[in-house]
Amino acid sequence: MPMRALAAFIKKEFLHIFRDKRSLLVIFCMPIALVMIFGVVISTEIHHAKIAIVDLSDKVRSQQLIEKINSSGYFQTVAYLHSTLNLEEVFRAQNIRLAILIPPHFSKNVENNASSTLQLIADGSDLNAATTLIGNASNIIQEFAQETSVALRAPPPFRVLPRMHYNPEQKDVFMFIPGILALVLMIVSAMMTSITLVREKEFGTWRLLSSTPLPSMVIIVGKLIPYFLLSAINSCLILALATSVFGMPIHGSLWGLLGVCFLFILTSLSLGIFISSITNTQQAAILASMVGLFLPTTFLSGFIFPVENMPAWLQPIAHIVPAKWFIEAMKLMMLKGATLHSVLKQIYVLTGMAVLLLAISMRRSRKQAT
Amino acid sequence: MSALSIQAHQLSKTFGHFVAVKDLSLEVQPGEIFGFLGANGAGKTTAMRMLCGLLKPSFGHAMVAGFNIATQTEQVKKNIGYMSQKFSIYDDLTLKENIQLFSTIYGLKSAQTQERMKQLASQFGLENKLKSLVSTLPLGWKQKLAFSLAIIHQPRIVFLDEPTSGVDPITRRQFWEMISDTAKAGTTVFVSTHYMDEAEYCDRVSIMVDGQIQVLDTPQKIREQFSAPTMDDVFSLLARKKP
Amino acid sequence: MVYIENLSKNFGALQALSNIHLHIKPKQLFGLIGPDGAGKSTLFEILATLRLPSSGKATIHGFDLQSKAKQIRKTIGFMPGQFSLYPDLSILENIQFFAHVYGVHFDESSPLTRDIWQHIAPFKHRPAGKLSGGMKQKLALCCALAHRPTLLLLDEPTTGVDPVSRKEFWEMLQSLKLHNITTLVSTPYMDEAQLCECIALIQNGKILAVNSPSGIQAQFKFHLFGVQSAHANTLLKPLRQFEKTQHCFAFGKTLHLTVKDASVSENDIVEYLKTQGHEHVEVWRMQAGIEDCFIELMHSENHERS
Repeated sequence: MPMRALAAFIKKEFLHIFRDKRSLLVIFCMPIALVMIFGVVISTEIHHAKIAIVDLSDKVRSQQLIEKINSSGYFQTVAYLHSTLNLEEVFRAQNIRLAILIPPHFSKNVENNASSTLQLIADGSDLNAATTLIGNASNIIQEFAQETSVALRAPPPFRVLPRMHYNPEQKDVFMFIPGILALVLMIVSAMMTSITLVREKEFGTWRLLSSTPLPSMVIIVGKLIPYFLLSAINSCLILALATSVFGMPIHGSLWGLLGVCFLFILTSLSLGIFISSITNTQQAAILASMVGLFLPTTFLSGFIFPVENMPAWLQPIAHIVPAKWFIEAMKLMMLKGATLHSVLKQIYVLTGMAVLLLAISMRRSRKQAT
Repeated sequence: MSALSIQAHQLSKTFGHFVAVKDLSLEVQPGEIFGFLGANGAGKTTAMRMLCGLLKPSFGHAMVAGFNIATQTEQVKKNIGYMSQKFSIYDDLTLKENIQLFSTIYGLKSAQTQERMKQLASQFGLENKLKSLVSTLPLGWKQKLAFSLAIIHQPRIVFLDEPTSGVDPITRRQFWEMISDTAKAGTTVFVSTHYMDEAEYCDRVSIMVDGQIQVLDTPQKIREQFSAPTMDDVFSLLARKKP
Repeated sequence: MVYIENLSKNFGALQALSNIHLHIKPKQLFGLIGPDGAGKSTLFEILATLRLPSSGKATIHGFDLQSKAKQIRKTIGFMPGQFSLYPDLSILENIQFFAHVYGVHFDESSPLTRDIWQHIAPFKHRPAGKLSGGMKQKLALCCALAHRPTLLLLDEPTTGVDPVSRKEFWEMLQSLKLHNITTLVSTPYMDEAQLCECIALIQNGKILAVNSPSGIQAQFKFHLFGVQSAHANTLLKPLRQFEKTQHCFAFGKTLHLTVKDASVSENDIVEYLKTQGHEHVEVWRMQAGIEDCFIELMHSENHERS
C-alpha cells in the first residue's frame, strides 16, 4: 500500500472534518448531549416527592418511622393527617404522589413484636413514578423493621420490588449507556463515513481518483482510519462521562470493554462503506442511514425494548442488527463483569458482519467501471 | 403606468458578504431582443431570477411588465415566461403531456391549450414528436420544447437563461431564428449567453463583469466605442480593465 | 501515443460512440470539437480508464486500455468536465493532495507547472470552492500536471469560462508542448479549434472529420458566400428559397450562404435578391471557417441517414 498517498488521504480527511462545523458538532457535541438527555431527563430516580402521612398510631415508634422517611431524601412530607377522611382532598389539592398509612396500634405491635400492615397509596396516573416511589418507600420501611429488629411484615397490598441484582440502585441510565454508545458510534462511524464517501462522488473526486494509480483500498482505508480514531475517542468520552457523572461502575475489564467498542466501530464503518457503495447522493446516504441504521439500532437492538419481548417474527430481524450484539456484550461486560471469553459469540458475529460488508462493498466499488 | 417591458433601477443582491449583482439599471422596450452577456459567475442568473420575481433584491427596485418585482411577484410571474439553463421539463412525460401540464399551470382553458399546442407545434416543427417521451429526444428538440413551454401563455416578456449552451451550430442558429420570430410577434426577449458572437443577434446588449454592467448599447455601437472587430474582443478589453 | 481503433460504446440502446478511429501523435495538441451529447465525455472516460469500451481497441503509450489500466493511470493527467476538486480545501492543499496520490511532491518551481502556478499562487490559501470559473480551471490543470504526466486529457476545460481566462488557458496548453506533453482537449467552441494542431469533429458519437484546422477548411466541398445588408435577417428566407442554395445560416450580422454549383457568382445572388425586392446587398466569396465545415458535415451526415 502506498503509504505517502495514504498519509495524504488521512490528512485531507481531517481537514474536511475540522473545516465543517456541522460535522464537528455531530461528532463531539451530540454524544455528550445524548448521554445527558438519557442520564438526566429519562433517569427514573425521584427525589423529594411530595407525600402525605396518615398516622393513626401517633406514638414513639411511628414518629421514628416518619423521621426515617423524611430524612431519606426521597420524600418530602407535606401533610400529616390523623384520619383518612380528607385524604382524597389532600391528594388533589396538594399534588401529593404517595400517601403512607400507619395503622392504629402500630407502636404497640412493634413493641410486642406483632405484625402490622402499612398501606401505601400512590398516584397511579404516572405508573412508572408510582412504582419507583412504592419501591423506595417499602425499602425504607423494611430497613426500619430490620433496625428495630422486629419482624415487621411488609404491607400485603403491594409487592416489594426485589433489588435488581445487576443494577442495585435501579439507575436506568446504566441500562441506556450501551445503547447510547451504539447509537453514537453508528452516527459517527456509519453515517458520517457513508456521507463523506458519497460526497466524493458528488464532488466528482471519486471519478478523478479512480483515474489515478491510487488503489481503491487506499481510499477506503484512508476514510476508515480518521473515523475510527474519532469514534474511539467518542466511546472513551461516553464511558468517562457515564462513570464520572452518573457513577456507573465498570465490573468487567476496561480494556476488554474498549476492545468490544472498537470492534463495533469497525462493524459500523463497514456498514457506512456499504451504504456509500449503494448510494450516489448525500441525501440518499442519509436516508439509507436513517432507515437502515437508526431505526433498527433504536428499536430492534434491545436498546429501548428488550429483544425477548418482541413478537416471534421480529426476533430474527433483531438478530441481524449489529447493535443488538454489541449492546448484549456491553451489558454482560459492564454490569455483570463478564470476561471477553464469555462474549466470544457476540465478538464472532460482529467480526463476521464487518468482514462480509467490507467484502461486498469492495466488490461493488471495483465493478463500477462498465 | 410605463410602457416599458423592464425597468430596473439600481438593483442589487448580496449573499452574506458576496455581492452577486451591483446597481443593475436598465430599460427594455417591448418587442426588443435584449442580450445579457457575461461569463459564468458574473451574476447573470442571479439578476434574471430577481427580474422574474424568484429572488428578492437586497436593494433597488424594478418593474417587469408593469409590476413591481418585490411586491407583485404573482402578477410578474403571470406575465413572463422563464426558461432556465437546465430546461425544467419532465423527461418522463411526452411532449404533449408537458404542454398540457404547463398550460394548466398557467391557467389556460382546454380550448386555448389545443389551439396553442397546434400553433406552437407547427411553428417549431414539433408535430411528429408530440407523442414521444422527452427523454428520447435529442438536446435540440428539448430546447425547442422548453422554449415553447416558456411562451405557452403568450407572456409579454420571456426570460431565457443561457438557452444555447453546448448545442450544435445548426441548432444554435435555428434557436436564434425562433427567438427573432417570437420578438417580431411582439414578445420582449431577455436572453443571457456567454457566447459573445450571439450578441450580434440582439437589438441591444449589456455586458456584465463581476456583478456589474460595464457597457449597454447596440452591438454595433459597442464595437465602435471600443474600436474592436468582434464582441469577443470587446469583452476581453472589458475584463482586462478590471483590477 | 494514443491509438483508437474501431471503438464503440453503448449504454443500453443508446449508441454513445460508434466506430471511432483516432491517432494522436506525441506532443500533439489534439482538439475534439463537438456539441453536448456528441460523446466527447464518454470518450474521455474510456481513455481515463473509468469505463470500458463495448467493442474495439485503444492503446495509450502502447499499453492496452483494458488490460494495462494500471500502467496507463501513471502516465495520464485527467481533468473531468465537471469541476472535481475539494471545494473546502485550499488551492495548495488540493495540489499537494493530488501530487501525493501519485506519490510525488508538488514542486512550485517545476518548469512544467511554473507558469500556471504563478497565476494561482496569489490565492493559494483560498478554498477551491470560492474561486472564479477561470481560476478553478487553472487549478484543475495544475492538479492534473502535478505528477508530470505525458498525456493530458482535458474534458471541456473552457466551457462557461470568461473569454480572457479562456485565452490564457489556451496559451498555457500551447506552452505545454515544450515539456513533451501530448494533450487531448475537447471543446464545444468552434473558434478554439484554430488553436489546435489537429482536430476531430464529433457529432452523435461519430467522428465527422479528422485533420489539421486548415486541412478541414480545405476539405470544404462547396462554395461559400458572405451576404450582408442593413436588414440581414430578412434575407434569410429568400436566400433559403434560392434554387442553388445548399443552406444558409446567420453568423452574427453576416449570412453564410453555401452553394453546390461552382458557376454561381456574387452577381447571381445580388440579382436574385433584387427579384425578391432586396436592394443594397453586399455579397462576397469567402473562405469556410471550422463552424461552416461543421455545419456542412452535419448536413451531409443527416442526408446519408435519411
